[in-house]
Amino acid sequence: MELGVNMKLNNDEAKKLKKDFPIFRSNPELIYLDSAATSQKPKKVIDAISQFYENENANAGRSIHSLAEKSLVRYDESRATVANFINAEKNEIVFTKNATDSFNLLAHAIFPLISEGKDEILLTEMEHHSNIVPWQELAKRHGLKIKYVKIRDNYTLDLADMKKKLTRKTAIFSLTYVSNVLGTANPIKEICEMIRRRGALSVIDASQAVAHTKIDVKRIDCDFLAFSSHKMYGPTGIGVLYGKKEFLDKMQPVSFGGGMIKKVGLDSTEFADMPEKFESGTQNIADAVGLAEAIKYLEGLGLDNIKKWETELLAYALRSLKEIEGVKVYNPGAEKSSSTISFTLDGIHPHDVAELLNKDGIAIRAGHMCAMPLIESLGLTSKGGLCRASFSFYNTFEDIDALTKSLKKINEKFKGIQ
Amino acid sequence: MNKKQQEHEPIPEDMYKEHMLELYRSPSNFGVLKNFTHESTEHNTVCGDEITVQLEVEDEKIRDAKFSGSGCVVSMVSASLLMDKVKGKSVSDIFEMNKEDVAKMMNINVTPARIKCALLPLEAIKKALRK
Repeated sequence: MELGVNMKLNNDEAKKLKKDFPIFRSNPELIYLDSAATSQKPKKVIDAISQFYENENANAGRSIHSLAEKSLVRYDESRATVANFINAEKNEIVFTKNATDSFNLLAHAIFPLISEGKDEILLTEMEHHSNIVPWQELAKRHGLKIKYVKIRDNYTLDLADMKKKLTRKTAIFSLTYVSNVLGTANPIKEICEMIRRRGALSVIDASQAVAHTKIDVKRIDCDFLAFSSHKMYGPTGIGVLYGKKEFLDKMQPVSFGGGMIKKVGLDSTEFADMPEKFESGTQNIADAVGLAEAIKYLEGLGLDNIKKWETELLAYALRSLKEIEGVKVYNPGAEKSSSTISFTLDGIHPHDVAELLNKDGIAIRAGHMCAMPLIESLGLTSKGGLCRASFSFYNTFEDIDALTKSLKKINEKFKGIQ
Repeated sequence: MNKKQQEHEPIPEDMYKEHMLELYRSPSNFGVLKNFTHESTEHNTVCGDEITVQLEVEDEKIRDAKFSGSGCVVSMVSASLLMDKVKGKSVSDIFEMNKEDVAKMMNINVTPARIKCALLPLEAIKKALRK
């Protein structure tokens, strides 16, 4: 569905949008509140992938025949669509498997960019494991130190602590745009400005932001940015690493073989230019096409429209959850966050909550949410972490009402245990 | 879950039956043993469940067993029941116990997502006995 210029997203439109997603046809009772784990896929995206395999499939950039050429054009167009979506240049877009893969590539290739005298990597306590573990490995390889910016009691980043830790010794500051647990949206543009002033490299995890807010890498002025297609209505198996031209150009490839070369001799090889030098082997062409289609779908709705509607949903959910006895919400408020609410139900293990919600057809996430350091800092490790409800534009007030109703029922069931 | 799946894999209605919740409220075999010979602590990193098992083994037989820790209904109920089950069994019998035995013992249909929770106490016992 495309929205006209003057149309706005609201509860009625959201109900209509659900029809764009076949999963809700095959699971009519499903109340899907787990879009932060992976979003559902519109029919258009699914069709674009099949269409590619049925009509255009060939190995892009390998064979000299019309199909292979068509396939290459489609792959190239997809890259252009991604670049245009985040206001980057086409050759600044590297296709990866997912955001995790993007971070791994970066952590393997970034070292030569680090200036002398800098030996610290700065992260935050609200990072997903994908933005922690690759850096720990880089730190191990090169004897670097990792520091973490703390989180304040209101679930926002402690900017005072950040100013203390972001020093001339900081080589890289890698942080999330939106927390996958707290939903907190960090003031990323301002932070990137501070990083630049310290002469450090800025790396942004946009996995939880890219489907919810307009991203403009030139405006943010970050050095690198990573995201996955599957959290933005595209297929699994493809992701993006954006890097500023000057940096990608200086970085060496980390995976070698076909496709990433200009010329191979018996003893030495000349590598391809960016971004191809980072894309070894036959690429995931069909899913790149799928991702481009997902972007077209998002642009059809308009990121500003999406943001407005999802903020409304979030505010409604926050109000509803706060009325339930024993619920503790870990979120900085609808204006400072994006589409995700984590919560606990007093005395009931998050996995039990998730299991019982599932019986009512409600899908949420429970556990440590791939953010164990954060769960630890919130003091929730021994309690099994958190429950997380995450929203998309296809969710409705009724979905949230169902969640509230079911949580009250669970409270009733466990009465006497707390 | 689509309709077809629902027909073949019914969502268990009995995982949170009253007797399960009762056992969760007041677990049996919860606590510590004075004269334990084996002990181990096992974590479920997915849920954050943590369970410590203490065993008293004599002549290759389990004489007594207790557990402590915290976790979800599935892991705690499994622990309560399992401590009873292993008492009197030989060490080699315990190493032969598996997923099916635990599911049978609990008499509920443990979903694949929760099987780790159900098996945590058994893993803790086996780990203690390997020491």
